[in-house]
Amino acid sequence: MRTTCPYCGVGCGVRATRSADGRIVIAGDEDHPANRGRLCVKGSALAETTGLEGRLLHPKMRACGGGALHAASWSEALDAVASGFRRVIEQHGPDAVAFYVSGQLLTEDYYVANKLMKGYIGSANIDTNSRLCMSSSVAGHKRAFGEDLVPLCYEDLELADLIVLVGSNTAWCHPVLFQRIVKAKAARPALQVVVIDPRRTATCELADLHLPLASGTDVWLFNGLLAFLADRGVADATFINDHTVGHAQALEVARSGTQGVQGAFDLEHYAGRCNVDPQTLLAFYRMYARTERVITVYSMGVNQSSAGTDKVNSIINCHLQTGRIGKPGMGPFSFTGQPNAMGGREVGGLANMLAAHMELDNPRHRSLVQGFWGSPTIADRPGLKAVELFEAIEAGRVKAIWIMCTNPVVSMPDSNQVKRALQRCELVVSSDCMEHTDTHAFAHVLLPALGWGEKNGTVTNSERRISRQRPLLDAPGEGRPDWQIVCDVARRMGYAGFDFAHPFDVFDEHARLSAWGNVPHERDGGNGTREEGDDGGGANGASRVFNLTGLIGLGRAGYDALQPVQWPVRTFDDGTPRGTERLLSDLRFSHPDGKARFIATAPRSPVYAIDCDYPLTLNTGRVRDQWHTMSRTGKSATLASHVAEAFVDMHPDDASRSGVREGELARVSTRWGSMLARVQMGGGMSRGSVFVPIHWNDQVASDARVGAVVNPAVCPVSGEPEFKHTPVRIEPFECAWYGFTLSRAEPALEGIAYWTRIQGKANVRYELAGREPIGDYGDWARRLLGVDDPNADLPEYIDRHAGVYRAVHVREGRIESCVFISARPESSSRAWLAGLFAKDALDADERLGLLVGEPLFSGADTGPTVCACFGVGRTTICAAIREQGLTSAAQITASLKAGSNCGSCLPELKKLLAETESTTLVAS
Amino acid sequence: MTPLGHPSDAPHSRARLVVVGNGMAAMRTVEEMLATAPQRYDITVFGAEPHGNYNRILLSSVLAGEKRIADITLHAPEWYAANGIDLRAGDPVVSIDRAHRVVRSQGGAEVGYDRLLIATGSNPVVLPVPGHTLDGVVAFRAISDVERMIAAAREACRAVVIGGGLLGLEAANGLLQQGMKVSVVHHIDMLMERQLDKSASTLLQQALEAKGIRFVMSARTAQIVGDDRVSAVRFEDGREVAADLVVMTAGVRPNIELARQAGLHCERGIVVDDALQTSDPHIYAVGECVQHRGATFGLVAPIWDQARVCGAQLAGVDVAPYEQKSTATRLKVTGVNLFSAGDFKGGPGTEDMVLRDPRRAVYKRLVLERDRMIGAVLFGDVDDGAWYADLIRNQTDISRLRGYLLFGQTLCESKAA
Repeated sequence: MRTTCPYCGVGCGVRATRSADGRIVIAGDEDHPANRGRLCVKGSALAETTGLEGRLLHPKMRACGGGALHAASWSEALDAVASGFRRVIEQHGPDAVAFYVSGQLLTEDYYVANKLMKGYIGSANIDTNSRLCMSSSVAGHKRAFGEDLVPLCYEDLELADLIVLVGSNTAWCHPVLFQRIVKAKAARPALQVVVIDPRRTATCELADLHLPLASGTDVWLFNGLLAFLADRGVADATFINDHTVGHAQALEVARSGTQGVQGAFDLEHYAGRCNVDPQTLLAFYRMYARTERVITVYSMGVNQSSAGTDKVNSIINCHLQTGRIGKPGMGPFSFTGQPNAMGGREVGGLANMLAAHMELDNPRHRSLVQGFWGSPTIADRPGLKAVELFEAIEAGRVKAIWIMCTNPVVSMPDSNQVKRALQRCELVVSSDCMEHTDTHAFAHVLLPALGWGEKNGTVTNSERRISRQRPLLDAPGEGRPDWQIVCDVARRMGYAGFDFAHPFDVFDEHARLSAWGNVPHERDGGNGTREEGDDGGGANGASRVFNLTGLIGLGRAGYDALQPVQWPVRTFDDGTPRGTERLLSDLRFSHPDGKARFIATAPRSPVYAIDCDYPLTLNTGRVRDQWHTMSRTGKSATLASHVAEAFVDMHPDDASRSGVREGELARVSTRWGSMLARVQMGGGMSRGSVFVPIHWNDQVASDARVGAVVNPAVCPVSGEPEFKHTPVRIEPFECAWYGFTLSRAEPALEGIAYWTRIQGKANVRYELAGREPIGDYGDWARRLLGVDDPNADLPEYIDRHAGVYRAVHVREGRIESCVFISARPESSSRAWLAGLFAKDALDADERLGLLVGEPLFSGADTGPTVCACFGVGRTTICAAIREQGLTSAAQITASLKAGSNCGSCLPELKKLLAETESTTLVAS
Repeated sequence: MTPLGHPSDAPHSRARLVVVGNGMAAMRTVEEMLATAPQRYDITVFGAEPHGNYNRILLSSVLAGEKRIADITLHAPEWYAANGIDLRAGDPVVSIDRAHRVVRSQGGAEVGYDRLLIATGSNPVVLPVPGHTLDGVVAFRAISDVERMIAAAREACRAVVIGGGLLGLEAANGLLQQGMKVSVVHHIDMLMERQLDKSASTLLQQALEAKGIRFVMSARTAQIVGDDRVSAVRFEDGREVAADLVVMTAGVRPNIELARQAGLHCERGIVVDDALQTSDPHIYAVGECVQHRGATFGLVAPIWDQARVCGAQLAGVDVAPYEQKSTATRLKVTGVNLFSAGDFKGGPGTEDMVLRDPRRAVYKRLVLERDRMIGAVLFGDVDDGAWYADLIRNQTDISRLRGYLLFGQTLCESKAA
């Protein structure tokens, strides 16, 4: 079965097969253009994540007034959602309800959700977690190009001579693209790579140049570049004149504030603002100036900022000024974070879009879409963007929310606010494939959705390539696809237009809408002048680059057989779909005048500045082997072995100033909340900046939700939150003890101050720490490990003064659980102990090593004891006889002490002498 | 310390060494002396038992049927002859005339000495309860005791051992091996309280119970019941246990009678200085009969140290003074491994490390003080006992070994390597 990986926006093709014993075997799809057979570690471990542990398999509802969630029928649950939404809409209007959806949804799911909200409920209150991820890129594209267009394709990475990676730890977050760059650079060493990131990330290993700019100063850096290039005459005047608007103003703003004479480039000024070495900055500027084929890749480090959209445009400005766009091997390239962030953009699944790249505030677009849908209404103004949405819920303006396939209590900034909001929301519905999430603590209705391997539909990757996700597993329990759940609710709300029988039907409607009124621009050779307000397509049309004409009417079979294809998709003469590798090659942009826009980007600081109370800057991001809130990757023991716990990475100077030590726990506090994390120093942090990963949450850790500490400031244009810059304070979290437990069953964690859950193979591990000394170790361990039997096989090691305690529970010769604690962070080997869980029986050496926590080396065996007084074994004695040529018991005694005390072993010594002598004689 | 000058006033060509006692301490001292000065003395050895020197520690193994008398003999009569020693076995010395430097034996022999070595050992404590002299009441000290017990086991079936110390438990095990039903009576609620802590003592009791020994704990013997032969042991609380044989192993007392009569300074034992010299410069004493710096001795290791020092003194060789070191105990009961050394009671300023593995019947406890080991109790797995004893004796700084210390020498050394 050929399908698509559900993790990052690279969108790798996956070949999933089932072996004879029913196991799923995962391999990269050699024929998929995104990855050509490669997979990263997350994708490779997909088979470990398809188990049903923790899955939500049946609808659940919470009785009015709270209480526990109880099982419900689909009919009851759907009625509750439909009637609940209808009631709120009737009483408070359509803007009192909202959907909060996800870049994990398939395009078909996204499409019907957007259709229901905008065309039937009549509100634009549908926003998505992609708001947290790439909405600044969308806004930047729209400002510059007039439409949300990613002009490049992955192949351009191999054609470029300079790749600038800005705010992108590509090595960890888009590993397969990184490997493509690695391979390209190996084949063609002239390919230069520059990394612009406050952190010295793994990506820097490949970099010819690393610019560790101060967090949030990207606009300064690219304004400086724009000015430098202009100053050196690196500008494509023809392109600027014929195809762009606003260059002079953008340049002026880029230069403003420089101390030199107007027009004179002042390197020190920009370097100072970015806090980078001027010569390093100059080296980058020169590299950029002299290289025609340059790609600027940007990702969350750019997008997740209160100036995110300006950052994007400051990057695009440089490409526009140099005319380095629309040609192979060059251009601005947004790498998206989620598997279907792009698909969501295409269907308009964001609060400020309509559908199929049409605009909410354009009456002609609205009428086109409403006409196409035949819907009773159409939203006519932008809805609430994610952060605003949860503020509106807390304020009581939005009273019912349906969360699909996302976990905002973990992923939103100021996520304690999200908790408060959901707490007071009248109706919280969640469709999800996992039963227990931080968000579900607040849900009234849970609807079981399908997960990867079960879903059927399409996704679009960062290069606009639409690929199929195909099911290889049956729907578990009562799980249903998201598109179907949405349609079920829509029908129960009384709406026509949701009678889809198959995801293909949804996709086909989506493709038709993309072509609806989409009259191509008249290609006039670059003149491109039209009447202002005429956006192409004539009086009733709406010209968009996004167009799936070639995918209309595929039929079920054609849909199932769909090969990865980049939009816009037209048809070859034979009627087969013809995708488009690159956009903008005609240098015609989607603004009414066909021209690109320079955006004047005046630099501004992050909203919240550091101060005495919060003296450091918090940066957040991913780790290599985890994905989002870990509901999938957290199931994989393979993936857990890379980074096991939430950590705070910091410069050693900042650590000592904060009074924290590596390996110990720290409290990470901001004005918005706090969390705990393990102090680390290995991540190449610059002074003043700390990094915390985004993944850990209340399901896998006691107190590690980074969302709780992130500030809620957003970019005024895109609404994307400022995840990369929150003033923070790091303090020691004093612990009386540290430790870990490994067990087959879940341990009892009550009363333990700090814990993190780590999935292992045949075991689960918890890292633990406590603030109170443990009184009776034995009682404590038995409670933790759930050992009730007083005669249980439970060896223990106690060094109370050193604060060391270890206990291992063995049952029928098999390790059942263990706990190791110490006054200092426990360094015993977890790997060896964890490996023992794979065994049905421990051998004698393993049993002896249990409390050591590590393997007893070979050769430890001295043989059966001969001299009990001095503990001298038979093997030791025979070896000494042979090696030292001993001939009498007295000599053995002199050498090994054996026999010198009670003397009861002297006969045996003599016997051993005789035996060893005879074997030696035989041997010789 | 200066050895006395050569006893030139003697009429003999060689000086005369008389040894009172033919046990392990005495003969080890003589061996040590002979090793450096084989020609120095004419030697006469008096022994109460009619044997050559044997390994008294292994009497329990003889009782258990694991060894024969021949196996535990250390010095056969030929050895004495070969070394020119006049052995008077079975003829104990009854008096010492210090003024004339002459000893007199029970058999009437009088032998003059230039140097006298007293190694009279100890006597078993016999509880002075009514009936303690009845037939069937024995101690556990000498070959004759073992012979009596083995003989008794052939005819009778119920044995009561009074005293749950090291010797009592070895006796109980031996009698069990001889086919008797054995009860051990102990006056408090834990066995071997001088060598073990509560946990180890409990494990030991469980292990011995599993072998078939019954225990009557916290029982004070009031009376040995019987007409002419023992028939039961009665306790202060009125309980009674039937018995065909009663073995008294309620401790030992230094045998100082002869020394006291001779006017040597004695307290609990014969008081000796760091050269093992008594209050009379011509007289030395070693072994269980001595008291050195307030301590008396019941284990073999310190006695070997005494023999080395005393033997050198007698040989006229300079030697470092005798110094008490911590001692280790080991129970010789097949299938029961037990070791204790040093001060395992702990207390303020001490630190405990404990390893418990009940399923393997392993218990280990180490007691530390200022990064030095001061005590150890091992049950079940005693392989590292000797190493721990070394660490205690040598006052080795164990701070760098601490994390692996309880797991033994091999692992510690491999980690240090």
